[in-house]
Amino acid sequence: MNLVKSKILFSLLLLPCFFFAETIHVGAGYKFKTIKSAISQSKINDTILIHKGYYQEGTILIEKPLTIVGQDYPTLDGLHKIEILSVKSDNVNISGLKLINSGKSDVYDLAAIRVYKNKNIKISGNILENNFFGIFLSKSDHCTITNNKLSSTEQNQNDSGNGIHLLYCNNIFIENNHITGHRDGIYFEFVTESLIQKNISEGNIRYGLHFMFSSNDVYQENTFRNNGAGVAVMFSYKVKMIKNHYEHNWGAASYGLLLKEIRDGEITGNTFEKNTIGLSMEGTTRIKVSHNNFLHNGWGIKICGGCDQGVVTKNNLIGNTFDVSSSGSTLSNDFTGNYWDKYLGYDLNKDGLGDTPFFPVTLSSLIMEQVPTSLLYLHSFVLDLIDQSEKLLPQLIPQNIVDKKPTLKKF
Amino acid sequence: MSRIIKYVMFDILRNRFVIGYCLFIMLITFGLLGLEEGSSKSTLSLLNIVLLVVPLISVVFATIHFYNSYEFMELLLSQPVRRSTIIYSEYFGVSCSLSFAFAIGMGVPLIFLNQGLVSVYLLLSGIVLTFVFVSIALLGAVNSKDKARGIGTSLLLWFFFTAIYDGLVLLIMFSFSDYPIEKYLLAFISLNPIDLARVAILLQMDTAVLMGYTGAVFSEFFNSWEGLIFASGLLLLWAILPMLLTVRIFKRKDL
Repeated sequence: MNLVKSKILFSLLLLPCFFFAETIHVGAGYKFKTIKSAISQSKINDTILIHKGYYQEGTILIEKPLTIVGQDYPTLDGLHKIEILSVKSDNVNISGLKLINSGKSDVYDLAAIRVYKNKNIKISGNILENNFFGIFLSKSDHCTITNNKLSSTEQNQNDSGNGIHLLYCNNIFIENNHITGHRDGIYFEFVTESLIQKNISEGNIRYGLHFMFSSNDVYQENTFRNNGAGVAVMFSYKVKMIKNHYEHNWGAASYGLLLKEIRDGEITGNTFEKNTIGLSMEGTTRIKVSHNNFLHNGWGIKICGGCDQGVVTKNNLIGNTFDVSSSGSTLSNDFTGNYWDKYLGYDLNKDGLGDTPFFPVTLSSLIMEQVPTSLLYLHSFVLDLIDQSEKLLPQLIPQNIVDKKPTLKKF
Repeated sequence: MSRIIKYVMFDILRNRFVIGYCLFIMLITFGLLGLEEGSSKSTLSLLNIVLLVVPLISVVFATIHFYNSYEFMELLLSQPVRRSTIIYSEYFGVSCSLSFAFAIGMGVPLIFLNQGLVSVYLLLSGIVLTFVFVSIALLGAVNSKDKARGIGTSLLLWFFFTAIYDGLVLLIMFSFSDYPIEKYLLAFISLNPIDLARVAILLQMDTAVLMGYTGAVFSEFFNSWEGLIFASGLLLLWAILPMLLTVRIFKRKDL
């Protein structure tokens, strides 16, 4: 009985914390002039409302559940020296801030917003400019990162950090962010059960989105444009890639999507447009590529030996210089039932499927794969001649990369 | 000499064939650019016209014209005119009128529909290739009195430069693919005027990135002043050298 009483009493004592969460104003005309002083005076679950202004206070440490809201984007400046916000508590909301000029370091991963080992962090509607790392979460879970705008003007890959960087996290939700000018737009390392959607990642130095050792994640409806390379998914499994746009990742060694050592992935409904290589696959197992558009790429799909049990079906391949290129005999990958604009066959029984098989790997692409210097003969008469003669007398092109039922209509 | 060039030129320009050639090129260019305005696909098709059609027409027309004006040349030779003057007039007359027709045919649509550096390269390459292949064709024609044989030789030369030579270089690439042969390739490619023109044009387009490492080596070379001077110098040599040989042979020839 006594125990119950004391429990009730204790709860009553705690009540004010929940019911009387205050709003503390910070700004030129208010009681608190600095954010740090406001945080030190705040109680758990208070809201700190930062009014428009310019604040440079060194690293601001948040060690209790707080809601930090900026009004008209107050500027927090890191003066190229420090980490700006360090979050070391659960249940923190950060929104409406403008964070600029975090420090750069070769030793520490300085970021504009750094979250350490926490859960239920919400970071939304912030503007981040010229930071080393933008938003950096490590060992955290159940966080959301939405509607932020991240940009950097750094040119050199080594002096630049990633826009949104996640390390050992799970159940993270990333939506509607716009990231430009960083090293990688979004970087995942050992991140699981997370969802990335509707983000735009463009003009980043290395990748738009980069997965390492991250599994069971989904990314959908994102746009990756003009990055050094679009998306790299490496050493991961069960990653779903749905309805993304990979556009104009155009450079000597650039690609829309690189898959390296991954298995059980799903690539559905994506559009690959104007990339040097649309989809590049190395060492993949059981990857399903369906309902995608490959438009006007240099190479639509580049598939290396060691890709196994892949299924490529119901895709449109239109206007690519080479539809599929392969370094030789690939293992069992199924290419049945795609639409190829280069297919010249006929359909006598009117079932919508071509009656003759289509071999997407041309002899010239095979030659170029084996002797890269011959790329110099791109668009030359002699290679057209070689391709045509190979079509009449197929001898050299890999017979196991074949679409036995190419469709005659676009999907 | 200029008076004879004028005669030859006006004679050709009044010719229905050259007017047809000009209209044909114009129609195709308008068609291609109109179908897909500003896209690289239409530029690639134009590239193929410049690299295949222009040399072919130049070769065939120059050879036929040479044989058809045989009597005219004989008549001129009864006058106090030097032999070299006559053959030079034939050369400049044919190549000037053909390249004029080409320049109008492709230039007008390009000015309207596709302005840019690539268009300039296309036009210049077409004009230079006309000169080169007229000179090569005359070399073929001056060597034989038989018209059919002369045309055959010229066609063979055309085919050699468009396909056979490239095939041979590809073979070399295959045999030496383990070695860094980019520099030598540069030399090999430079020896073929059609390849030289193709690479120079492709490097101005965004397809250039597909050419990988070798493309980068070439791009660095062709986008420098030395490379540009080297390339245009070589093309000029291709226009001049066969012609010098032709003059030499024509001078000693028993007509």
